[in-house]
Amino acid sequence: MKISEKEVEHIARLSRLELEPEEKPRMAEQLGKILDYMAKLNELDTEGTEPTSHVLPIQNVFREDGVARHFAGADLMASAPKKDKGHYQVPKILGS
Amino acid sequence: MAHLNLHQLTIHQLAGLLRSGECTSTQIVESVLQRIEAVEGKTNSYLSVFHDEALRQAEAADQVFKREKNPHILAGIPIAIKDLISLKGEKNTCASNILRNYISPFDSTAVRRLREAGTVFIGKTNLDEFAMGSSNENSCFGPAKNPWDLGRVTGGSSGGSAAAVAADECIGSLGTDTGGSIRQPASFCGVVGLKPTYGRVSRFGLVAFASSLDQIGPMAKDVKDAAIMLNCISGKDPMDSTSADVQAPDFTKSLAGDVRGLRIGAPIEYFAEGLDPEVEKAVKDGMERLKALGAEITDISLPHTSYALPVYYILSSAEASSNLARYDGVKYGYRSGEEEGLRKMYERTRKEGFGPEVKRRIMLGTYVLSSGYYDAYYIKAQKVRTLIRGDFDDAFKKCDVIISPVVPAPAFKLGEKMEDPLTMYLSDIYTMPVNLAGLPALSVPCGFNSSGLPMGMQLIGRRFDEETILRAAYAFETTTDFHKKKPLL
Repeated sequence: MKISEKEVEHIARLSRLELEPEEKPRMAEQLGKILDYMAKLNELDTEGTEPTSHVLPIQNVFREDGVARHFAGADLMASAPKKDKGHYQVPKILGS
Repeated sequence: MAHLNLHQLTIHQLAGLLRSGECTSTQIVESVLQRIEAVEGKTNSYLSVFHDEALRQAEAADQVFKREKNPHILAGIPIAIKDLISLKGEKNTCASNILRNYISPFDSTAVRRLREAGTVFIGKTNLDEFAMGSSNENSCFGPAKNPWDLGRVTGGSSGGSAAAVAADECIGSLGTDTGGSIRQPASFCGVVGLKPTYGRVSRFGLVAFASSLDQIGPMAKDVKDAAIMLNCISGKDPMDSTSADVQAPDFTKSLAGDVRGLRIGAPIEYFAEGLDPEVEKAVKDGMERLKALGAEITDISLPHTSYALPVYYILSSAEASSNLARYDGVKYGYRSGEEEGLRKMYERTRKEGFGPEVKRRIMLGTYVLSSGYYDAYYIKAQKVRTLIRGDFDDAFKKCDVIISPVVPAPAFKLGEKMEDPLTMYLSDIYTMPVNLAGLPALSVPCGFNSSGLPMGMQLIGRRFDEETILRAAYAFETTTDFHKKKPLL
């Protein structure tokens, strides 16, 4: 399967990944090869076969609502690359 | 007992010595730390070693032995943890630059259970970045090396956990297995590795790669140690809604050694083209040993075997692309490019933070989930997953355990498969169908090839029937010395 560099750019944008110009043809070639291999699945007729997303027969798992001690916010915030007064700090979003 | 050799012993041997007062946990930990100092420069098994903290925990365990009559069997035993499993207050790098300096603010449930048992945490082990790889070469800290031949790979992704056990740099370790990441390195390094049934062990605190496939499991010096560790980490956990509400038995009780009447299935598709003749012979000899003990062998068929690899890479990459969306430079980890706005910050952070294999899988996963390809790839793969599960369900009508090689060939050379991702993926062909079906499976050492490299035999069981594979593996192991051989380092 042929993957164009334009498609690679589109997928990279969806993936929020910046690629160097020289990475693009290589990525296109490797993805193409891998997808060729994936095409093997088309040999199988799966009409009427249910998809498996999960091996356990569970749907939604609910529990009683209750009050419990979880993590301290400050402990979790400690990992943030940039923070201010208990908030995560990111570059300006609107108007950028 | 000469303290120098304590690091070479098993959990159950050391538990005996601790109880008879012949050694202390401090002496065990000192012995392991000395061993790490001696060989770690060769194996690169660890990403961090907890020297002072391990000695402090050992001292605490020794106090427990003075106070209590019968502490938990894992009390005072030094265990290593794959650096993908959260351990509070320590780094959890996932061997990725994006988490190079990340410190986990909490314990995973598996670690918490070991901690409550009084286990000593000796360090965090090397792996392929975010567990994506089959050789440990995708680590941003460089590959772990196979203790049996330092020019060869450990396998992966739990390469450091396997090498640390094989080189006696710990007594046991935790790994994780998404498509073979416990069993394949266990086979390459000559140790026992067990992937539990999906849902047996809580995934809470395990950094997610492919959530419908990931499981934490033990890597150990023998089958009994694997059973002991599995006992400790199993069970329902309110923090993981996919942990199954199934009572875990005492797995050490399955080690009765009697396999009379056990029906072993040999999948014809696994003993086919591409299998190294020495591996084939070692595994077949292994089955003959079990037959001599009273087991029966029948050929079985898993007709969709050749479709497992594409199914696995579509589904695991799709889940990974979604799971790894969280690394955006906001809440934790590396950040770059913020001067150019939010979007560039995301893209630059991820470009600089992720390695090539992780990027490739994110791209592949995003592609198969994207509009126009979702049905053709993702849904199609989920449907074939149903057929692969069905293969195993049918097979288990005719047998109680399936035995196969773990990997088509012994450990390959460092660098040998790095250029071609597909060839690398093929080293997991016998292990990944098991994850797709959610079954338990283990690797037990079954011989050495003519170059002295270890080989493993895979035992696959029914869902939530780890007992049968442990029983058969134990019966096999008691007739061999493969697990007792040590690499020369």
